[in-house]
Amino acid sequence: MTARIGVVTFPGSLDDRDTQRAIRLAGAEPVALWHKDKDLKQVDAVVLPGGFSYGDYLRAGAISRFSPVMDTVIEQAKAGLPVLGICNGFQVLTEAHLLPGAMLGNDHLHFICRDQKLRVENAETAWTGDYRAGQEIHIPLKNMDGRYVADEYTLDKLEAEGRVVFRYLDFNPNGSLRDIAGITNEAGNVVGLMPHPEHAVEPLIGTGRTDGLPFFTSILKKLVNA
Amino acid sequence: MARVVVDVMLKPEILDPQGQAVQRALPRLGFEGISDVRQGKRFELEVDGPVDEAALARIRDLAESFLANTVIEDFTVRVDEVAEAAK
Amino acid sequence: MSRTPLDTVEHAAATPDVELPWAELGLKKDEYERVVEILGRRPTGAELAMYSVMWSEHCSYKSSKVHLRQFGEKAPQSDALLVGIGENAGVVDVGQGYAVTFKVESHNHPSYVEPYQGAATGVGGIVRDIIAMGARPVAVVDPLRFGAADHPDTKRVLPGVVAGIGGYGNCLGLPNIGGEVVFDACYQGNPLVNAGAIGVMRHEDIHLAKASGAGNKVILYGARTGGDGIGGASILASETFDDAKPSKRPAVQVGDPFQEKLLIECTLEAFKEKLVVGIQDLGAAGLSCATSELASNGSGGMRVTLDDVPLRDSTLSPEEILMSESQERMCAVVEPEKVGRFLEICEKWDVIATVIGEVTDGDRLEIFWHGEKIVDVDPRTVAHDGPVYERPYARPDWQDALQADDANKLPRPETSEELKDQVLKLVASPNQASKKWITQQYDHFVQGNTVLAQPEDSGMIRVDEESGLGVAIATDGNGRYAKLDPYTGAQLALAEAYRNVATTGAKPLAVSDCLNFGSPEDPAVMWQFAEAVRGLADGCQQLGTPVTGGNVSLYNQTGEAAIHPTPVVAVLGVIDDVARRTPVAFQEEGQLIYLLGDTREEFGGSAWSQVVHDHLGGLPPAVDLERERLLAEILISASRDGMIDSAHDLSDGGLIQAVVESALLGGIGARLVVPDGLDAFTFLLSESAGRAIVAVPRSEEIRFTDMCGARGLPATRIGVVDGDTVEIQGEFSLSLEELRKAHEETIPALLA
Repeated sequence: MTARIGVVTFPGSLDDRDTQRAIRLAGAEPVALWHKDKDLKQVDAVVLPGGFSYGDYLRAGAISRFSPVMDTVIEQAKAGLPVLGICNGFQVLTEAHLLPGAMLGNDHLHFICRDQKLRVENAETAWTGDYRAGQEIHIPLKNMDGRYVADEYTLDKLEAEGRVVFRYLDFNPNGSLRDIAGITNEAGNVVGLMPHPEHAVEPLIGTGRTDGLPFFTSILKKLVNA
Repeated sequence: MARVVVDVMLKPEILDPQGQAVQRALPRLGFEGISDVRQGKRFELEVDGPVDEAALARIRDLAESFLANTVIEDFTVRVDEVAEAAK
Repeated sequence: MSRTPLDTVEHAAATPDVELPWAELGLKKDEYERVVEILGRRPTGAELAMYSVMWSEHCSYKSSKVHLRQFGEKAPQSDALLVGIGENAGVVDVGQGYAVTFKVESHNHPSYVEPYQGAATGVGGIVRDIIAMGARPVAVVDPLRFGAADHPDTKRVLPGVVAGIGGYGNCLGLPNIGGEVVFDACYQGNPLVNAGAIGVMRHEDIHLAKASGAGNKVILYGARTGGDGIGGASILASETFDDAKPSKRPAVQVGDPFQEKLLIECTLEAFKEKLVVGIQDLGAAGLSCATSELASNGSGGMRVTLDDVPLRDSTLSPEEILMSESQERMCAVVEPEKVGRFLEICEKWDVIATVIGEVTDGDRLEIFWHGEKIVDVDPRTVAHDGPVYERPYARPDWQDALQADDANKLPRPETSEELKDQVLKLVASPNQASKKWITQQYDHFVQGNTVLAQPEDSGMIRVDEESGLGVAIATDGNGRYAKLDPYTGAQLALAEAYRNVATTGAKPLAVSDCLNFGSPEDPAVMWQFAEAVRGLADGCQQLGTPVTGGNVSLYNQTGEAAIHPTPVVAVLGVIDDVARRTPVAFQEEGQLIYLLGDTREEFGGSAWSQVVHDHLGGLPPAVDLERERLLAEILISASRDGMIDSAHDLSDGGLIQAVVESALLGGIGARLVVPDGLDAFTFLLSESAGRAIVAVPRSEEIRFTDMCGARGLPATRIGVVDGDTVEIQGEFSLSLEELRKAHEETIPALLA
């Protein structure tokens, strides 16, 4: 038995096909979801992929957040559906208020593409079970609007509740507060991060590491064992 | 038709690197005495029908839910007096 | 609003004496007279607009055509070539049923005027060329040249260009995998922004720009048409503009990468359902180009109703609509019964699509406005029968003196200490320094097929996930070499790109080029151009790599001063399994470093002569294409059979530059010994062509040297991968830390 994991394509999504490949390589079944379609096709989990949906116009993720598919995703995420937002998907999740805080332009004002070192802070979420807390991994990062911000109260709360899932190590590539690279909601079913695990699933390709694969095996295990 | 202007600004406590970059360029261009620059967005909405309180209330809703992200941004809504006067 | 009466075909025929502004539109008197002769009457305003843009240098290649013919005449027999010169881009067979299309184009002048938008729309244009062939774009590369690195205007132009390339390409989801960044004062005021793209398709998906089948509909889809870049094709791209003030700047096109991304997906979906008979993108000369090219390449004529073109600015005149260079638009020819489905797909992707005309039985291109005929021409006369100039050319009188100013006679370092200082200065010089600050603004990873990206010798993309089939691309050019000898310089650019593809383990297959030169009206420039084309055509013939297409950019000059002649050559290669690719970085301590090829005292045009002596003179390195071919064969065999773990081509900066790069990328140093018969200076800094360094695992040494010996390629063991310094025994040692600082801090210090 395997799991059906949906990948939403918004207009301007770029990493949707790559995410489908990563899901397939992890042994799950990728299911293409379309932004105009409220139907989630009976998937067990959803990934909002990276890209520049609607060209990042207005604010990154701000227009996609109001697409029909998101109505269902928001409703079901609140009911426990596992949702992973990668880069632009993370931006959509904050715009949709499924995750707290917001994303702003990088502090250095440039797009940045690099192999980024991260520390896994929380290995208990639906998407990080195959990592160890404290594990250091390398995942490609590429974004224009990757600066995570939230007010002090929210940041303290995230820290206290263990909801910071990933932190940038050695170098903060965008000015994110408290080096935050990824966070989760209270229930741990919704995770958002700026780096791109789907680009670190095959040796030879990209940075040549496979540190991103556990995202997809984690969720598969969780769903199959559920 | 009337025009309503929505100005969206980053909240004062949020870092604005674009505004800072503009400010840093000012002395090079010979503009002195400007201590801070913040960059924002201006939306011009052409409204059909009268701009009454009800219309403005709807636009405030629109601004709050869509044009601005109130986690990081403040906004103001006003009727464009010049466009009004020209009618 | 009052308007002068519409200049219809009927009106034009009745008013032969009306004077039209042909000169303002960039036409010469004899060219205008030729239009009148072709039509048998004076042209209408709309016709004049079309002829003037399509007969511009940029669109018609009128100065370069007579020379470019050599690429066809001297084309080597190649089974790989599926579509050659003349289409939007060439197409090459890479095996397993896959075809690859690639092309390089210039967007030089627009990028000087408005760096961000100029560079962004350059990426957009080349990508639409690739889509128009039926392919999914899979990667872009950007060969860039700017003025002196420390010139204030470079700080305006370069960050804007880089942000524009990134802003557009990243948003499209195309990995940027290669290119170059070169600084030279000769490009001050004339930066070269060349953009290349690669696309992949199945053989059966190749599409061409032709309109056939009477009754088939012509659909314009994508962005609305506005007043962008009107006249750009003829005025912006073909005339020199000296010191343009902001107020006098020509209209600049603004790109919308989001719209282009939708255009890509929507077009590919239409291809997949086999809805498209012919297709053309709208680039320079906009609708004038698309309609006349589609019609002239097909079997019939075409009728277009200009009123149906969706406009962003309702005040545009028909002439302006025909000339507009609004971006992100394409034109498809679709059978009537498939129009409904085509429009549905456009709707799905929120792309505006409108039927604007149809293919007709005749052989005329007729365009209507408000029910009246404003264009009635033979489309071939617009698209293909433009003027052809045999421009005079002559070897410039300063060429002999330049070549006599021998760089080999420049003072050389006298002590090891001096040599060390010069090496450090070289690796830190803007041209030799790491370009990471630039390339990290480009997405390398998107699409999940990037095997190699800059600073590797060539970019490499996996084409097939099952088999591992991949393609590699490298772009190279060296204006300094070409200035010293344009014929040899063009061949050196070809040789370097060819070598760069081979060092990564791929087999070179085909060539595209972007020929950047000064004014063709200067006989000296025209001679440089003629020589470079001759050199490139001869070189491609000898290497068996046909030129599949390309682009010419002329008038790159300010006043009397032309840029260095700068032929940029892109070589495309194929690799059966990307798992066998060879990276630049040293992989493992203890591996043996071999130098392949012969090193001679060749310093003309070298990085050393520029950095240490600010000198340009003498002769460029000699070219031996048979040697290049042998070297490539060895590199490919060694990669396939697992005999080498890293490889790096030697070019500007010589051996030391290559060793430093391999060491820094791998994080492992090297100990080198100066081989017998060479002095340390020549060993480290000569730029002899046809060379590479490879790192050989000890277990493979005999097999590798036997192979080189059997095939007659000189292979000299020069050292070992080891430690955390680059040490030249008996000369000097530099720590990786010191080298990294020198190599990586230069560009951010200048530009960040």
